[in-house]
Amino acid sequence: MSNTLFDKVWDKHVVRKIEGGPDVLFIDRHLIHEVTSPVAFLGLKSRGIKVLYPERTFATADHNTPTINQHLPVADPLSANQLKALETNSNEYGISYWGLGHQKNGIVHVVGPEYGITQPGATIVCGDSHTSTHGAFGAIAFGIGTSEVEMVLATQCIMQPKPKKMRINVNGKLGFGVTPKDVALYIISKLTTSGATGYFVEYAGDVFENMSMEGRMTVCNLSIEMGARGGMIAPDETTINYVKGREFSPKGEAWDKALAYYKTLKTDADAVFDKELTFKASDIEPMITYGTNPGMGMGISHDIPDAADVEGGAATYEKSLGYMGFHEGDSMIGKQVDFVFVGSCTNGRIEDFRAFTSLVKGKHKADNVTAWLVPGSHIVEAQIKEEGLLDILTEAGFTLRQPGCSACLAMNDDKVPAGKYAVSTSNRNFEGRQGPGARTMLASPLVAAAAAVTGVVTDPRTLIEELV
Amino acid sequence: MAYDKFTILKSTGVPLPIENIDTDQIIPARFLKATERVGFGDNLFRDWRYNADNTPKKDFVLNDSTYSGEILVGGRNFGSGSSREHAAWAVYDYGFRCVVSSFFADIFKNNCLNIGVLPVQVSAKFADKIFAAIIADPKTELEINLPAQTITLVSTGEKETFDISHYKKDNMINGFDDIDYLQSIKTQIQEFAEHLPL
Repeated sequence: MSNTLFDKVWDKHVVRKIEGGPDVLFIDRHLIHEVTSPVAFLGLKSRGIKVLYPERTFATADHNTPTINQHLPVADPLSANQLKALETNSNEYGISYWGLGHQKNGIVHVVGPEYGITQPGATIVCGDSHTSTHGAFGAIAFGIGTSEVEMVLATQCIMQPKPKKMRINVNGKLGFGVTPKDVALYIISKLTTSGATGYFVEYAGDVFENMSMEGRMTVCNLSIEMGARGGMIAPDETTINYVKGREFSPKGEAWDKALAYYKTLKTDADAVFDKELTFKASDIEPMITYGTNPGMGMGISHDIPDAADVEGGAATYEKSLGYMGFHEGDSMIGKQVDFVFVGSCTNGRIEDFRAFTSLVKGKHKADNVTAWLVPGSHIVEAQIKEEGLLDILTEAGFTLRQPGCSACLAMNDDKVPAGKYAVSTSNRNFEGRQGPGARTMLASPLVAAAAAVTGVVTDPRTLIEELV
Repeated sequence: MAYDKFTILKSTGVPLPIENIDTDQIIPARFLKATERVGFGDNLFRDWRYNADNTPKKDFVLNDSTYSGEILVGGRNFGSGSSREHAAWAVYDYGFRCVVSSFFADIFKNNCLNIGVLPVQVSAKFADKIFAAIIADPKTELEINLPAQTITLVSTGEKETFDISHYKKDNMINGFDDIDYLQSIKTQIQEFAEHLPL
């Protein structure tokens, strides 16, 4: 029988099927952070049970952490308490803990792949919806709630109904200045934020085949923003070259065995999907969002659509534009920008900083813009320095912060003030996401760079002849 | 941790006819810093419910004493966004036992089922009918019958059936949770783990 990539990985991990209920799914790798794990550990304690396989869980602190002066004690007592809880719980149960100050500390979805915890054909969960990132390796990876974090700690399994399958094909050559972020925002704008709810997505086509692992991670990361639990891309040479030799990747004989498994991980030619969509690469331009969910995005040269032309109710649409202070028919070009945020599990990797730097090189940060450049990990931070990007950024008036989730969800002090506009490379433009009253426009690192040097929303294609 | 048993719930409802209500609205990230599951109801819909100076926003439905009850009726695509179970905890802690919508985001729905809040998905037409009925008469009652899998507008008798897996339905009726089940098959899980590719 023909199977999809998703079927192959899922079916291999089903411990038991419950009639009229979910599958019991075995989880290979479990990532935890400070925000969604404390109550799960309390649950374990109250039941008096241990962590079944502590070597399969990895802890990093990222959501709450400050992005400056990480050597000092965390000032906010609630954040400090939550970080302490992660450390105490990890130590008590024998879980690898990469806290603030640890060389491996960083955003959970950036460090997981960097250290080889993420493997093709694995099942990976974390109490964070952007766990879908790891699907870039051909893993089944998705976000879970705290009750499920407790299940995985206790039994290394969760109970999940098998989702439906969708394939999204994008073929052709991406245009000048069009990045993986734009591909994802384009797809979400076509599907809406609920268009893939109930599905697990496979991305296919030469656009994804030609993408780096960093680009694939950006695309898979955003799968949740169209409602999908996760998205995945079949592993190929690019994937294997990335995974090989990383600290937690299999070695020696185990590597040979793993490699044989990775090579089975592709959708059979005649496998059938519940839904299949195809887009043309040439239709995609640099994207920007104008509303309060990631589906409200458009090509940067377009005008904000009329309520009558979008799916959903006019009242909700008008509420959203009202929050942003925008109007139907407005052009986004030239809109006010007060903050620029480059970072997050979506766009906090080395390629993102390379792209940003390529545009700001030889230019200068606009005076009206506060820019937060936040690498996803210490490895990314070190690369920025080693590759000479930091010198270029410094010359252009930018500073680099320390790794963490930062202004993506503003749990630390990196908050955009009420009413202010931010161009952000992160993943959500929900009301108040970057701080109460903050107004977020999601875009690629190139669009963020164009905004950072001009002080207004600007099409990056007008600023450079050729991109690095 | 077993939770409250759920069989039949008859209550008035609180209407929130806005689409795509995301979990950052249900509970903003800055209120996720607790290490225990207490007090999340106070911050349910925090930024829609309170001004920056913490005074209540008069026009928000939770601040309008006309509406009350254990059933929250939300617009389409309720609970999109983050996986934070805190959103479901906030709904529960505020006093809701059931959320009705014409469409739910996947993780939010799962989280509700895992803590004993019943998500009831109805047709768009029926959702509109419920909103209209509650707004016309806030004393309008809904009856959710989990064993029969029905939701009824008590005043008119109009009803719809809703989906839930047999497994989850039994769990909710009996107040069991998934860990009780998974613990009971631990030996099978350990045997399975011996034969994995990774």
